[in-house]
Amino acid sequence: MTEGARTRPGEWVFRAACLLILVILAFPTLLVVPMSFSATNYLRFPPQGFSLRWYQAFLEDPDWVEATLFSLQIAGLTTVVASVVGTMAALALVRGRLPGRTTVEALLLAPLIVPHIIVAIAVYVQFAPLGLTGTRLGFVLIHSALAVPYVVLVVSAALQRVPPSLEMAALNLGASRLRCFLEVTLPLVLPALLAGAVFAFLASFDETVVSFFISGVEHKTVTRKMLEDIEFNLSPVIAAASTVFVTVTVGLMSMADLSRRRVRKRTG
Amino acid sequence: MSDAPADARGRLPLGLTLLLIAPLAALLGWAFFLPIARLLLTSVTEPSPNVANYVRIATEPLYGQVIGRTLWISFSCSVFALVLGYPVAALMARSRGILAAIAVACVMVPLWTSVLVRSYAWIALLERNGIVNNWLTSWGLIGEPLTMLYTQGAVLVAMTHVLLPFMILPIYSALRAVPQDLPRAAANLGAGPVRIFLLVTLPLSLPGVFAGCLIVFVMALGFYITPALVGGPRTLMIATLISQQAMELLNWPFAGAISCVLLVLSLGITVAFKRLLRLERVVAHD
Repeated sequence: MTEGARTRPGEWVFRAACLLILVILAFPTLLVVPMSFSATNYLRFPPQGFSLRWYQAFLEDPDWVEATLFSLQIAGLTTVVASVVGTMAALALVRGRLPGRTTVEALLLAPLIVPHIIVAIAVYVQFAPLGLTGTRLGFVLIHSALAVPYVVLVVSAALQRVPPSLEMAALNLGASRLRCFLEVTLPLVLPALLAGAVFAFLASFDETVVSFFISGVEHKTVTRKMLEDIEFNLSPVIAAASTVFVTVTVGLMSMADLSRRRVRKRTG
Repeated sequence: MSDAPADARGRLPLGLTLLLIAPLAALLGWAFFLPIARLLLTSVTEPSPNVANYVRIATEPLYGQVIGRTLWISFSCSVFALVLGYPVAALMARSRGILAAIAVACVMVPLWTSVLVRSYAWIALLERNGIVNNWLTSWGLIGEPLTMLYTQGAVLVAMTHVLLPFMILPIYSALRAVPQDLPRAAANLGAGPVRIFLLVTLPLSLPGVFAGCLIVFVMALGFYITPALVGGPRTLMIATLISQQAMELLNWPFAGAISCVLLVLSLGITVAFKRLLRLERVVAHD
Protein backbone atom coordinates (compact mmCIF):
# COMPACT_ATOMS: atom_id res chain seq x y z
CA MET A 1 0.00 0.00 0.00
CA THR A 2 2.85 2.38 0.75
CA GLU A 3 5.53 3.08 -1.83
CA GLY A 4 8.12 1.45 0.39
CA ALA A 5 6.14 -1.78 0.57
CA ARG A 6 6.60 -2.39 -3.13
CA THR A 7 10.29 -3.10 -2.88
CA ARG A 8 10.16 -5.66 -0.06
CA PRO A 9 10.68 -9.34 -0.91
CA GLY A 10 7.38 -10.16 0.83
CA GLU A 11 5.65 -8.04 -1.77
CA TRP A 12 7.07 -10.19 -4.57
CA VAL A 13 5.95 -13.39 -2.86
CA PHE A 14 2.49 -11.86 -2.52
CA ARG A 15 2.39 -10.89 -6.19
CA ALA A 16 3.62 -14.29 -7.33
CA ALA A 17 0.91 -15.98 -5.23
CA CYS A 18 -1.75 -13.69 -6.70
CA LEU A 19 -0.59 -14.35 -10.24
CA LEU A 20 -0.71 -18.09 -9.59
CA ILE A 21 -4.28 -17.80 -8.28
CA LEU A 22 -5.28 -15.69 -11.29
CA VAL A 23 -3.81 -18.31 -13.63
CA ILE A 24 -5.72 -21.06 -11.78
CA LEU A 25 -8.85 -18.93 -12.16
CA ALA A 26 -8.44 -18.21 -15.86
CA PHE A 27 -6.86 -21.45 -17.08
CA PRO A 28 -9.80 -23.88 -16.82
CA THR A 29 -12.10 -21.24 -18.30
CA LEU A 30 -9.93 -20.60 -21.34
CA LEU A 31 -8.84 -24.23 -21.66
CA VAL A 32 -11.77 -25.00 -23.96
CA VAL A 33 -10.39 -22.63 -26.62
CA PRO A 34 -7.15 -24.49 -27.46
CA MET A 35 -8.92 -27.82 -26.92
CA SER A 36 -11.49 -26.96 -29.58
CA PHE A 37 -8.77 -26.54 -32.23
CA SER A 38 -7.17 -29.88 -31.42
CA ALA A 39 -6.65 -32.33 -34.25
CA THR A 40 -6.95 -35.36 -31.99
CA ASN A 41 -9.92 -37.21 -30.61
CA TYR A 42 -8.92 -36.94 -26.97
CA LEU A 43 -8.37 -33.98 -24.69
CA ARG A 44 -4.73 -32.95 -24.25
CA PHE A 45 -3.03 -29.75 -23.21
CA PRO A 46 -1.16 -28.40 -25.04
CA PRO A 47 -3.34 -29.78 -27.87
CA GLN A 48 -1.73 -31.81 -30.62
CA GLY A 49 -2.09 -30.44 -34.12
CA PHE A 50 -4.45 -27.78 -35.34
CA SER A 51 -7.75 -28.33 -37.07
CA LEU A 52 -11.22 -26.92 -37.41
CA ARG A 53 -12.79 -30.37 -37.59
CA TRP A 54 -14.70 -29.97 -34.31
CA TYR A 55 -16.24 -26.73 -35.52
CA GLN A 56 -17.18 -28.49 -38.73
CA ALA A 57 -18.66 -31.35 -36.70
CA PHE A 58 -20.62 -28.82 -34.63
CA LEU A 59 -22.06 -27.13 -37.71
CA GLU A 60 -22.84 -30.41 -39.47
CA ASP A 61 -24.67 -31.96 -36.52
CA PRO A 62 -28.35 -31.00 -36.84
CA ASP A 63 -28.82 -31.64 -33.10
CA TRP A 64 -26.31 -28.96 -32.14
CA VAL A 65 -27.49 -26.49 -34.76
CA GLU A 66 -31.17 -26.90 -33.86
CA ALA A 67 -30.50 -26.64 -30.14
CA THR A 68 -28.37 -23.52 -30.68
CA LEU A 69 -30.99 -21.85 -32.86
CA PHE A 70 -33.71 -22.77 -30.37
CA SER A 71 -31.72 -21.27 -27.49
CA LEU A 72 -31.07 -18.11 -29.51
CA GLN A 73 -34.80 -17.75 -30.20
CA ILE A 74 -35.69 -18.26 -26.54
CA ALA A 75 -33.00 -15.85 -25.39
CA GLY A 76 -34.08 -13.23 -27.94
CA LEU A 77 -37.74 -13.42 -26.90
CA THR A 78 -36.77 -13.46 -23.22
CA THR A 79 -34.69 -10.32 -23.75
CA VAL A 80 -37.67 -8.48 -25.24
CA VAL A 81 -40.12 -9.61 -22.54
CA ALA A 82 -37.72 -9.01 -19.63
CA SER A 83 -36.63 -5.60 -20.97
CA VAL A 84 -40.18 -4.30 -21.41
CA VAL A 85 -41.56 -5.75 -18.18
CA GLY A 86 -38.42 -4.81 -16.24
CA THR A 87 -38.28 -1.21 -17.48
CA MET A 88 -41.96 -0.70 -16.65
CA ALA A 89 -41.38 -2.06 -13.17
CA ALA A 90 -38.27 0.10 -12.70
CA LEU A 91 -40.33 3.18 -13.56
CA ALA A 92 -42.97 2.16 -11.04
CA LEU A 93 -40.36 1.51 -8.34
CA VAL A 94 -38.30 4.67 -8.84
CA ARG A 95 -40.87 7.19 -10.08
CA GLY A 96 -44.13 5.80 -8.73
CA ARG A 97 -45.92 5.97 -5.40
CA LEU A 98 -45.85 2.29 -4.72
CA PRO A 99 -47.19 1.04 -1.42
CA GLY A 100 -44.86 -1.62 0.00
CA ARG A 101 -42.02 -0.71 -2.34
CA THR A 102 -39.34 -2.30 -0.14
CA THR A 103 -41.28 -5.58 -0.04
CA VAL A 104 -41.49 -5.61 -3.83
CA GLU A 105 -37.76 -4.94 -4.04
CA ALA A 106 -37.01 -7.79 -1.64
CA LEU A 107 -39.28 -10.21 -3.54
CA LEU A 108 -37.61 -9.16 -6.76
CA LEU A 109 -34.31 -10.58 -5.54
CA ALA A 110 -35.85 -14.00 -4.91
CA PRO A 111 -35.15 -15.34 -8.45
CA LEU A 112 -31.47 -14.52 -7.86
CA ILE A 113 -31.35 -16.36 -4.53
CA VAL A 114 -33.67 -19.37 -4.80
CA PRO A 115 -31.61 -22.35 -6.00
CA HIS A 116 -32.47 -23.13 -9.62
CA ILE A 117 -33.03 -26.80 -8.88
CA ILE A 118 -36.08 -25.82 -6.79
CA VAL A 119 -37.34 -23.51 -9.55
CA ALA A 120 -36.80 -26.30 -12.08
CA ILE A 121 -38.82 -28.91 -10.20
CA ALA A 122 -41.56 -26.45 -9.21
CA VAL A 123 -41.95 -25.09 -12.74
CA TYR A 124 -42.00 -28.60 -14.17
CA VAL A 125 -44.92 -29.52 -11.89
CA GLN A 126 -46.76 -26.33 -12.88
CA PHE A 127 -46.03 -26.49 -16.63
CA ALA A 128 -46.40 -30.22 -17.37
CA PRO A 129 -50.20 -30.47 -16.92
CA LEU A 130 -50.63 -27.38 -19.10
CA GLY A 131 -48.49 -28.83 -21.87
CA LEU A 132 -46.02 -25.96 -21.53
CA THR A 133 -42.90 -28.08 -21.03
CA GLY A 134 -40.66 -28.10 -24.08
CA THR A 135 -42.54 -25.21 -25.69
CA ARG A 136 -41.26 -21.77 -26.64
CA LEU A 137 -43.89 -20.12 -24.46
CA GLY A 138 -42.90 -22.16 -21.41
CA PHE A 139 -39.19 -21.41 -21.81
CA VAL A 140 -39.78 -17.70 -22.43
CA LEU A 141 -42.07 -17.41 -19.39
CA ILE A 142 -39.69 -18.97 -16.89
CA HIS A 143 -36.54 -17.45 -18.40
CA SER A 144 -38.18 -14.01 -18.34
CA ALA A 145 -39.08 -14.48 -14.68
CA LEU A 146 -35.46 -15.41 -13.91
CA ALA A 147 -33.98 -12.61 -16.07
CA VAL A 148 -36.28 -9.70 -15.21
CA PRO A 149 -34.62 -8.83 -11.86
CA TYR A 150 -31.37 -7.98 -13.68
CA VAL A 151 -33.19 -5.49 -15.92
CA VAL A 152 -35.06 -3.92 -12.99
CA LEU A 153 -31.87 -3.56 -10.92
CA VAL A 154 -29.78 -2.02 -13.69
CA VAL A 155 -32.49 0.25 -15.11
CA SER A 156 -33.71 1.52 -11.75
CA ALA A 157 -30.12 2.34 -10.74
CA ALA A 158 -29.83 4.45 -13.90
CA LEU A 159 -33.27 5.98 -13.42
CA GLN A 160 -32.24 7.26 -10.02
CA ARG A 161 -29.51 9.31 -11.66
CA VAL A 162 -31.96 11.01 -14.01
CA PRO A 163 -33.25 14.17 -12.27
CA PRO A 164 -37.08 14.16 -12.21
CA SER A 165 -36.91 17.89 -13.04
CA LEU A 166 -36.13 16.99 -16.65
CA GLU A 167 -39.31 14.94 -16.91
CA MET A 168 -41.32 17.62 -15.13
CA ALA A 169 -40.06 20.24 -17.57
CA ALA A 170 -41.23 18.10 -20.48
CA LEU A 171 -44.64 17.57 -18.84
CA ASN A 172 -44.96 21.32 -18.15
CA LEU A 173 -44.22 22.02 -21.78
CA GLY A 174 -47.23 19.92 -22.69
CA ALA A 175 -45.72 16.53 -23.48
CA SER A 176 -47.85 13.50 -22.66
CA ARG A 177 -46.44 11.02 -20.12
CA LEU A 178 -45.73 8.57 -22.93
CA ARG A 179 -43.93 11.19 -25.03
CA CYS A 180 -42.03 12.36 -21.97
CA PHE A 181 -40.87 8.78 -21.36
CA LEU A 182 -39.97 8.09 -24.99
CA GLU A 183 -38.17 11.38 -25.66
CA VAL A 184 -36.68 12.31 -22.28
CA THR A 185 -36.38 9.37 -19.90
CA LEU A 186 -35.74 6.50 -22.30
CA PRO A 187 -32.79 8.08 -24.15
CA LEU A 188 -31.15 8.84 -20.79
CA VAL A 189 -31.47 5.27 -19.45
CA LEU A 190 -30.93 3.56 -22.81
CA PRO A 191 -27.31 2.48 -22.16
CA ALA A 192 -28.42 0.90 -18.87
CA LEU A 193 -31.37 -0.73 -20.59
CA LEU A 194 -29.02 -2.20 -23.20
CA ALA A 195 -26.80 -3.55 -20.42
CA GLY A 196 -29.87 -5.02 -18.72
CA ALA A 197 -30.96 -6.55 -22.01
CA VAL A 198 -27.56 -8.24 -22.39
CA PHE A 199 -27.84 -9.65 -18.86
CA ALA A 200 -31.33 -10.92 -19.67
CA PHE A 201 -30.14 -12.50 -22.92
CA LEU A 202 -27.30 -14.32 -21.18
CA ALA A 203 -29.46 -15.27 -18.17
CA SER A 204 -31.63 -17.14 -20.66
CA PHE A 205 -28.94 -18.41 -23.03
CA ASP A 206 -26.70 -19.73 -20.21
CA GLU A 207 -29.54 -21.05 -18.07
CA THR A 208 -28.98 -24.75 -17.59
CA VAL A 209 -30.86 -26.30 -14.69
CA VAL A 210 -34.43 -25.17 -15.41
CA SER A 211 -33.90 -25.70 -19.15
CA PHE A 212 -32.66 -29.22 -18.48
CA PHE A 213 -35.84 -30.15 -16.63
CA ILE A 214 -38.41 -28.53 -18.89
CA SER A 215 -36.82 -29.42 -22.24
CA GLY A 216 -38.90 -31.78 -24.35
CA VAL A 217 -37.86 -34.48 -26.77
CA GLU A 218 -38.33 -32.16 -29.71
CA HIS A 219 -37.21 -28.83 -28.34
CA LYS A 220 -34.11 -28.72 -26.22
CA THR A 221 -31.87 -25.82 -25.37
CA VAL A 222 -28.21 -25.87 -26.26
CA THR A 223 -27.33 -26.05 -22.56
CA ARG A 224 -29.33 -29.29 -22.27
CA LYS A 225 -27.65 -30.64 -25.40
CA MET A 226 -24.26 -29.79 -23.93
CA LEU A 227 -25.09 -31.35 -20.56
CA GLU A 228 -26.24 -34.57 -22.26
CA ASP A 229 -23.08 -34.71 -24.35
CA ILE A 230 -20.81 -34.09 -21.37
CA GLU A 231 -22.51 -36.94 -19.54
CA PHE A 232 -22.61 -39.43 -22.39
CA ASN A 233 -19.91 -38.71 -24.96
CA LEU A 234 -17.08 -36.44 -24.07
CA SER A 235 -16.05 -35.33 -27.56
CA PRO A 236 -14.12 -32.17 -28.43
CA VAL A 237 -17.26 -30.91 -30.22
CA ILE A 238 -18.30 -29.73 -26.75
CA ALA A 239 -15.09 -27.69 -26.59
CA ALA A 240 -15.94 -26.09 -29.94
CA ALA A 241 -19.46 -25.28 -28.75
CA SER A 242 -18.06 -23.97 -25.46
CA THR A 243 -15.63 -21.70 -27.30
CA VAL A 244 -18.49 -20.24 -29.31
CA PHE A 245 -20.34 -19.55 -26.03
CA VAL A 246 -17.37 -18.04 -24.25
CA THR A 247 -16.76 -15.73 -27.22
CA VAL A 248 -20.40 -14.65 -27.43
CA THR A 249 -20.69 -14.18 -23.65
CA VAL A 250 -17.47 -12.25 -23.18
CA GLY A 251 -18.25 -10.09 -26.21
CA LEU A 252 -21.77 -9.26 -25.03
CA MET A 253 -20.72 -8.64 -21.43
CA SER A 254 -17.92 -6.32 -22.50
CA MET A 255 -20.49 -4.38 -24.52
CA ALA A 256 -22.80 -4.22 -21.51
CA ASP A 257 -19.92 -3.04 -19.33
CA LEU A 258 -19.04 -0.26 -21.77
CA SER A 259 -22.68 0.71 -21.97
CA ARG A 260 -22.94 0.98 -18.20
CA ARG A 261 -19.76 3.04 -17.99
CA ARG A 262 -21.26 5.44 -20.49
CA VAL A 263 -24.46 5.82 -18.52
CA ARG A 264 -22.45 6.58 -15.40
CA LYS A 265 -20.44 9.22 -17.24
CA ARG A 266 -23.45 10.77 -18.86
CA THR A 267 -25.67 11.04 -15.83
CA GLY A 268 -22.93 11.47 -13.25
CA MET B 1 -32.56 1.18 -5.13
CA SER B 2 -32.11 3.84 -2.51
CA ASP B 3 -34.62 6.58 -1.84
CA ALA B 4 -36.19 8.20 -4.86
CA PRO B 5 -36.21 11.99 -4.88
CA ALA B 6 -38.47 13.40 -2.20
CA ASP B 7 -40.20 15.77 -4.58
CA ALA B 8 -43.71 14.32 -4.81
CA ARG B 9 -44.59 16.31 -7.92
CA GLY B 10 -42.23 14.24 -10.04
CA ARG B 11 -44.01 11.02 -9.03
CA LEU B 12 -46.34 8.96 -11.15
CA PRO B 13 -49.95 8.62 -9.99
CA LEU B 14 -50.90 5.44 -8.12
CA GLY B 15 -53.04 4.01 -10.93
CA LEU B 16 -50.25 4.31 -13.47
CA THR B 17 -47.72 2.92 -11.00
CA LEU B 18 -49.83 -0.17 -10.43
CA LEU B 19 -50.32 -0.57 -14.17
CA LEU B 20 -46.56 -0.43 -14.72
CA ILE B 21 -45.79 -3.01 -12.04
CA ALA B 22 -48.66 -5.35 -13.00
CA PRO B 23 -46.81 -7.30 -15.75
CA LEU B 24 -43.91 -7.96 -13.38
CA ALA B 25 -46.25 -9.09 -10.63
CA ALA B 26 -48.11 -11.38 -13.04
CA LEU B 27 -44.92 -12.86 -14.52
CA LEU B 28 -43.12 -13.49 -11.24
CA GLY B 29 -46.31 -14.47 -9.46
CA TRP B 30 -47.44 -17.07 -11.95
CA ALA B 31 -44.18 -18.45 -13.31
CA PHE B 32 -42.05 -18.21 -10.18
CA PHE B 33 -43.75 -17.76 -6.80
CA LEU B 34 -46.88 -19.85 -7.46
CA PRO B 35 -45.02 -22.97 -8.66
CA ILE B 36 -42.63 -22.83 -5.69
CA ALA B 37 -45.48 -22.31 -3.24
CA ARG B 38 -47.32 -25.26 -4.77
CA LEU B 39 -44.27 -27.52 -4.63
CA LEU B 40 -43.73 -26.69 -0.97
CA LEU B 41 -47.41 -27.20 -0.25
CA THR B 42 -47.47 -30.70 -1.78
CA SER B 43 -44.81 -31.72 0.75
CA VAL B 44 -47.41 -31.49 3.54
CA THR B 45 -50.67 -32.19 1.66
CA GLU B 46 -49.96 -35.16 -0.61
CA PRO B 47 -51.29 -37.81 -0.44
CA SER B 48 -52.96 -36.66 2.80
CA PRO B 49 -52.22 -33.70 5.09
CA ASN B 50 -49.27 -34.78 7.26
CA VAL B 51 -45.63 -34.11 7.96
CA ALA B 52 -44.41 -37.65 7.22
CA ASN B 53 -41.97 -36.36 4.59
CA TYR B 54 -40.26 -34.14 7.12
CA VAL B 55 -40.19 -36.92 9.71
CA ARG B 56 -38.49 -39.09 7.07
CA ILE B 57 -35.83 -36.44 6.41
CA ALA B 58 -35.22 -36.05 10.12
CA THR B 59 -35.08 -39.76 10.95
CA GLU B 60 -33.45 -41.53 8.00
CA PRO B 61 -29.69 -41.14 8.39
CA LEU B 62 -29.09 -40.86 4.61
CA TYR B 63 -30.83 -37.50 4.39
CA GLY B 64 -29.08 -36.09 7.43
CA GLN B 65 -25.82 -37.21 5.85
CA VAL B 66 -26.61 -35.47 2.55
CA ILE B 67 -27.61 -32.23 4.30
CA GLY B 68 -24.52 -32.39 6.51
CA ARG B 69 -22.28 -33.05 3.52
CA THR B 70 -23.83 -30.15 1.59
CA LEU B 71 -23.25 -27.79 4.52
CA TRP B 72 -19.70 -29.06 4.92
CA ILE B 73 -18.83 -28.73 1.21
CA SER B 74 -20.38 -25.25 1.09
CA PHE B 75 -18.44 -24.20 4.19
CA SER B 76 -15.17 -25.61 2.80
CA CYS B 77 -15.76 -23.81 -0.52
CA SER B 78 -16.25 -20.54 1.34
CA VAL B 79 -13.02 -21.01 3.30
CA PHE B 80 -10.98 -21.96 0.21
CA ALA B 81 -12.49 -19.13 -1.80
CA LEU B 82 -11.70 -16.66 0.98
CA VAL B 83 -8.08 -17.80 1.28
CA LEU B 84 -7.57 -17.66 -2.49
CA GLY B 85 -9.79 -14.65 -3.14
CA TYR B 86 -8.61 -12.14 -0.55
CA PRO B 87 -5.06 -11.73 -1.89
CA VAL B 88 -6.37 -11.33 -5.44
CA ALA B 89 -8.91 -8.72 -4.31
CA ALA B 90 -6.15 -6.89 -2.45
CA LEU B 91 -3.92 -6.93 -5.53
CA MET B 92 -6.77 -5.68 -7.72
CA ALA B 93 -7.65 -2.90 -5.26
CA ARG B 94 -4.16 -1.43 -5.23
CA SER B 95 -2.84 -2.03 -8.74
CA ARG B 96 -3.21 0.31 -11.68
CA GLY B 97 -2.91 0.07 -15.44
CA ILE B 98 -2.24 -3.12 -17.33
CA LEU B 99 -1.82 -5.32 -14.24
CA ALA B 100 -5.22 -4.21 -12.92
CA ALA B 101 -6.82 -4.82 -16.31
CA ILE B 102 -5.39 -8.36 -16.52
CA ALA B 103 -6.49 -9.16 -12.97
CA VAL B 104 -10.03 -7.86 -13.62
CA ALA B 105 -10.24 -9.87 -16.86
CA CYS B 106 -9.07 -13.04 -15.07
CA VAL B 107 -11.90 -12.60 -12.56
CA MET B 108 -14.67 -11.39 -14.86
CA VAL B 109 -14.25 -13.83 -17.76
CA PRO B 110 -14.81 -16.91 -15.56
CA LEU B 111 -17.73 -15.12 -13.89
CA TRP B 112 -19.39 -14.58 -17.26
CA THR B 113 -18.65 -18.05 -18.58
CA SER B 114 -21.32 -20.72 -18.27
CA VAL B 115 -20.97 -23.06 -15.29
CA LEU B 116 -21.41 -25.87 -17.81
CA VAL B 117 -18.30 -24.85 -19.75
CA ARG B 118 -16.22 -24.58 -16.60
CA SER B 119 -17.41 -27.92 -15.22
CA TYR B 120 -16.59 -29.50 -18.58
CA ALA B 121 -13.09 -28.05 -18.38
CA TRP B 122 -12.63 -29.60 -14.95
CA ILE B 123 -13.71 -32.99 -16.30
CA ALA B 124 -11.12 -32.66 -19.08
CA LEU B 125 -8.49 -31.77 -16.49
CA LEU B 126 -9.26 -34.37 -13.83
CA GLU B 127 -10.34 -37.40 -15.90
CA ARG B 128 -8.43 -40.67 -15.53
CA ASN B 129 -7.20 -40.09 -19.06
CA GLY B 130 -7.25 -36.34 -18.59
CA ILE B 131 -4.82 -33.48 -18.77
CA VAL B 132 -3.53 -33.45 -15.19
CA ASN B 133 -2.91 -37.22 -15.11
CA ASN B 134 -1.23 -36.93 -18.49
CA TRP B 135 1.12 -34.22 -17.21
CA LEU B 136 1.91 -36.08 -14.01
CA THR B 137 2.73 -39.35 -15.79
CA SER B 138 4.77 -37.71 -18.54
CA TRP B 139 6.84 -35.88 -15.92
CA GLY B 140 7.34 -39.23 -14.20
CA LEU B 141 5.71 -38.07 -10.97
CA ILE B 142 3.22 -40.94 -10.90
CA GLY B 143 3.22 -44.39 -12.47
CA GLU B 144 -0.52 -45.01 -12.50
CA PRO B 145 -3.13 -42.36 -13.33
CA LEU B 146 -4.81 -41.04 -10.19
CA THR B 147 -8.56 -41.22 -9.63
CA MET B 148 -9.51 -37.59 -9.23
CA LEU B 149 -12.82 -37.19 -11.01
CA TYR B 150 -16.03 -38.17 -9.18
CA THR B 151 -14.44 -37.60 -5.77
CA GLN B 152 -15.28 -35.08 -3.08
CA GLY B 153 -11.96 -33.37 -3.78
CA ALA B 154 -12.97 -32.82 -7.41
CA VAL B 155 -16.30 -31.32 -6.32
CA LEU B 156 -14.54 -28.99 -3.89
CA VAL B 157 -11.94 -27.85 -6.41
CA ALA B 158 -14.43 -27.26 -9.22
CA MET B 159 -17.01 -25.54 -7.00
CA THR B 160 -14.42 -23.27 -5.42
CA HIS B 161 -13.22 -22.35 -8.90
CA VAL B 162 -16.73 -21.60 -10.12
CA LEU B 163 -17.60 -19.52 -7.04
CA LEU B 164 -14.28 -17.70 -6.54
CA PRO B 165 -15.27 -14.53 -8.50
CA PHE B 166 -18.26 -14.10 -6.15
CA MET B 167 -15.79 -13.95 -3.26
CA ILE B 168 -13.29 -11.64 -4.96
CA LEU B 169 -15.73 -8.95 -6.14
CA PRO B 170 -17.31 -7.96 -2.78
CA ILE B 171 -13.90 -7.94 -1.05
CA TYR B 172 -12.47 -5.89 -3.91
CA SER B 173 -15.27 -3.36 -3.66
CA ALA B 174 -14.85 -3.13 0.15
CA LEU B 175 -11.09 -2.64 -0.22
CA ARG B 176 -11.56 0.03 -2.87
CA ALA B 177 -13.73 1.95 -0.42
CA VAL B 178 -10.97 2.06 2.23
CA PRO B 179 -9.57 5.61 2.17
CA GLN B 180 -5.88 5.40 1.28
CA ASP B 181 -5.10 8.05 3.95
CA LEU B 182 -5.73 5.52 6.71
CA PRO B 183 -2.99 2.98 5.92
CA ARG B 184 -0.70 5.90 5.04
CA ALA B 185 -1.40 7.56 8.39
CA ALA B 186 -0.68 4.26 10.16
CA ALA B 187 2.60 3.96 8.25
CA ASN B 188 3.59 7.52 9.21
CA LEU B 189 2.91 6.64 12.81
CA GLY B 190 5.43 3.82 12.48
CA ALA B 191 3.28 0.71 11.89
CA GLY B 192 4.80 -2.02 9.73
CA PRO B 193 2.95 -3.50 6.71
CA VAL B 194 1.70 -6.51 8.67
CA ARG B 195 0.37 -4.36 11.50
CA ILE B 196 -1.27 -1.95 9.03
CA PHE B 197 -2.97 -4.86 7.36
CA LEU B 198 -4.18 -6.52 10.57
CA LEU B 199 -5.26 -3.37 12.41
CA VAL B 200 -6.42 -1.05 9.60
CA THR B 201 -7.10 -2.63 6.21
CA LEU B 202 -8.47 -6.02 7.26
CA PRO B 203 -11.08 -4.69 9.75
CA LEU B 204 -12.27 -2.15 7.18
CA SER B 205 -12.68 -4.85 4.52
CA LEU B 206 -14.64 -7.21 6.78
CA PRO B 207 -18.06 -6.27 5.35
CA GLY B 208 -16.81 -7.41 1.94
CA VAL B 209 -15.42 -10.59 3.47
CA PHE B 210 -18.75 -11.41 5.13
CA ALA B 211 -20.69 -10.63 1.96
CA GLY B 212 -18.37 -12.81 -0.14
CA CYS B 213 -18.52 -15.73 2.30
CA LEU B 214 -22.32 -15.58 2.47
CA ILE B 215 -22.82 -15.37 -1.27
CA VAL B 216 -20.45 -18.29 -1.87
CA PHE B 217 -21.96 -20.36 0.94
CA VAL B 218 -25.58 -19.81 -0.13
CA MET B 219 -24.82 -20.40 -3.82
CA ALA B 220 -22.87 -23.56 -2.98
CA LEU B 221 -25.82 -24.95 -0.98
CA GLY B 222 -28.00 -25.09 -4.09
CA PHE B 223 -25.34 -26.07 -6.62
CA TYR B 224 -26.53 -28.69 -9.06
CA ILE B 225 -24.56 -28.80 -12.31
CA THR B 226 -21.00 -28.95 -11.01
CA PRO B 227 -21.52 -31.67 -8.35
CA ALA B 228 -23.68 -33.64 -10.80
CA LEU B 229 -20.95 -33.64 -13.46
CA VAL B 230 -17.75 -33.72 -11.41
CA GLY B 231 -18.99 -35.63 -8.36
CA GLY B 232 -20.09 -39.21 -7.90
CA PRO B 233 -22.61 -41.13 -5.78
CA ARG B 234 -20.43 -40.57 -2.71
CA THR B 235 -20.65 -36.81 -3.08
CA LEU B 236 -24.45 -36.59 -3.31
CA MET B 237 -25.59 -33.08 -2.38
CA ILE B 238 -29.07 -31.68 -1.61
CA ALA B 239 -29.77 -30.41 -5.14
CA THR B 240 -28.97 -33.79 -6.71
CA LEU B 241 -31.12 -35.49 -4.09
CA ILE B 242 -34.06 -33.25 -5.04
CA SER B 243 -33.69 -34.05 -8.72
CA GLN B 244 -33.40 -37.81 -8.04
CA GLN B 245 -36.55 -37.83 -5.92
CA ALA B 246 -38.50 -35.79 -8.45
CA MET B 247 -37.35 -37.05 -11.84
CA GLU B 248 -36.24 -40.63 -11.14
CA LEU B 249 -38.50 -41.71 -8.30
CA LEU B 250 -41.35 -39.31 -9.19
CA ASN B 251 -41.83 -38.69 -5.48
CA TRP B 252 -42.84 -35.03 -5.84
CA PRO B 253 -44.06 -34.50 -2.27
CA PHE B 254 -40.74 -35.72 -0.88
CA ALA B 255 -38.80 -33.63 -3.42
CA GLY B 256 -40.92 -30.71 -2.21
CA ALA B 257 -39.98 -31.42 1.40
CA ILE B 258 -36.24 -31.49 0.63
CA SER B 259 -36.68 -28.34 -1.47
CA CYS B 260 -38.27 -26.73 1.56
CA VAL B 261 -35.25 -27.63 3.70
CA LEU B 262 -32.87 -26.20 1.07
CA LEU B 263 -35.00 -23.08 0.66
CA VAL B 264 -35.17 -22.48 4.41
CA LEU B 265 -31.38 -22.85 4.62
CA SER B 266 -30.67 -20.52 1.65
CA LEU B 267 -33.30 -17.89 2.36
CA GLY B 268 -32.83 -18.06 6.13
CA ILE B 269 -29.13 -17.31 5.83
CA THR B 270 -29.73 -14.65 3.18
CA VAL B 271 -32.42 -12.85 5.17
CA ALA B 272 -30.48 -13.13 8.42
CA PHE B 273 -27.48 -11.41 6.85
CA LYS B 274 -29.37 -9.28 4.33
CA ARG B 275 -27.55 -6.10 5.27
CA LEU B 276 -24.19 -7.66 4.60
CA LEU B 277 -25.16 -9.28 1.33
CA ARG B 278 -26.20 -6.34 -0.84
CA LEU B 279 -27.04 -8.47 -3.87
CA GLU B 280 -27.31 -5.43 -6.14
CA ARG B 281 -23.56 -5.07 -5.67
CA VAL B 282 -22.91 -8.42 -7.28
CA VAL B 283 -24.90 -7.48 -10.33
CA ALA B 284 -23.99 -3.82 -10.52
CA HIS B 285 -20.60 -3.81 -8.84
CA ASP B 286 -18.93 -0.41 -9.02
